[in-house]
Amino acid sequence: MSDVAGDVIAIIAKKKRVDKPTVELSDRLLDLGLESLDAVEMIFDLEEKFDIQIPYNANTNNPRTEFETVGDVVAAVEKLVAQKTS
Amino acid sequence: MTGVHRVVVTGLGAVSPLGHSVASYWDGLKRGNSGLGPITLTPANDELTQKVAAEVKDFEPLKHFAERQLSTLDRVSQFAVVAAREAVAQSGLSFDMALSVRTATIVGTGVGGQTTLDESFRRVYLEKRTRVFPLTIPKLMANAPASQVSMDCGLRGPAFGVVSACASATHAIGLAFHMVRGGMVDCAVTGGAEACITFGTLRGWEAMRVMSPDVCRPFSKGRMGLVLGEGAAMMVLEPLERARARAANILGEIVGFGMSADAADLTAPDLGGMVRAMQGALDDAKLNPADIQYVNAHGTGTAANDETETQALHQTFGPHAQRLAISSTKSMVGHALGAAGGLELVATLLAVREGIVPPTIGYLERDPACDLDYVPNEARTLEIDAAVSNSFAFGGLNAVLAVKKFS
Repeated sequence: MSDVAGDVIAIIAKKKRVDKPTVELSDRLLDLGLESLDAVEMIFDLEEKFDIQIPYNANTNNPRTEFETVGDVVAAVEKLVAQKTS
Repeated sequence: MTGVHRVVVTGLGAVSPLGHSVASYWDGLKRGNSGLGPITLTPANDELTQKVAAEVKDFEPLKHFAERQLSTLDRVSQFAVVAAREAVAQSGLSFDMALSVRTATIVGTGVGGQTTLDESFRRVYLEKRTRVFPLTIPKLMANAPASQVSMDCGLRGPAFGVVSACASATHAIGLAFHMVRGGMVDCAVTGGAEACITFGTLRGWEAMRVMSPDVCRPFSKGRMGLVLGEGAAMMVLEPLERARARAANILGEIVGFGMSADAADLTAPDLGGMVRAMQGALDDAKLNPADIQYVNAHGTGTAANDETETQALHQTFGPHAQRLAISSTKSMVGHALGAAGGLELVATLLAVREGIVPPTIGYLERDPACDLDYVPNEARTLEIDAAVSNSFAFGGLNAVLAVKKFS
């Protein structure tokens, strides 16, 4: 697992609202019970952690459906991190 | 005076993104003008992600205040005082000592002196200065607008600020209405003020991810969120018999006030809370749903508010909801938070008085989740006997006022 994946999982694990001991890349965000403010806080944490900008408007974006799994979030963050360093 | 009085409005004042008077504000609303534009008020505007707000434009403090006075007046208090002066002047009242001690000053604000707070933080954190201006604290306190209005107009009765975010002005006016109705005071100068377009505050709003990047399109398909506004609206309330005795020009009547708390999510709108506040206002006014023709909606332009408010209108008004004219004037003046309910009640009172419903501008097409008549893009002539104005705040605090045409 990449460093990014480990950090993303740690951030999502703080926000989940279901009783599940570990967060896996294959977990669906919907199943983790993330609510809309949790998503906004999660995005803040990701931006701060990786020094990236995630375009997101709560009125038009829904991370719980746009990103189905934790793995999808990891892939999106890895892409933004790569863009930053390239 | 004691007992239960009918409460009438005899003076209105406004400082808005469409102009610094009730006449310019109302004219802009009727024309469907947009008060939105590029942000100019903060240092480092270009660093902000959010580029658009509804600023009060060309406001020159020195036109209204002596330079010496300005060291005590944050922009929010300047707006409140200018609006209060207009309202008091229109009422024709002069506050001699007997009336002064029986007049309340109840002014809502979401936060208070945000410009002062921002500038002070800049000085101490960024510039590492060791001192801030001596009157920083009394300038930024949330009761400053109420205190400044009371001092400027010479009002010595009950006076304080009311804080409930986006519902502050509505709570303030509702409370003043009940104080006059119950005979606790003989007059009230009441409303709300906000001046929130500061760098730090905008960063806070950006972080919530609810801001529209360009325009505010309440209830429309394709809406992308709210746009911040600022300004103030104030009004003079009196018992009907006092207004009649002095042959005052009566602009409208406030007849009902409803409040509720969601006790649920901090920011997500709540159907039950909205319905209870609207029903409370109708009950307080002894009005039936079918008596209402116009609703000035909270209508922030966020996906969640507008859909939930539509459901709440269906639930409160039943089949009559289809017949209501509903508009969000936030489409034209943005969301002025603690001032919003005041600006919107002024619009509601004038809509009733003149029989003209201000539009919801920026409306593109019908959203299936918002299936009522939002008076899209153009004002409409409509005979109105009674109307309500909705305010639903962050923190789950809801307030609704009902007004009637005076006859």
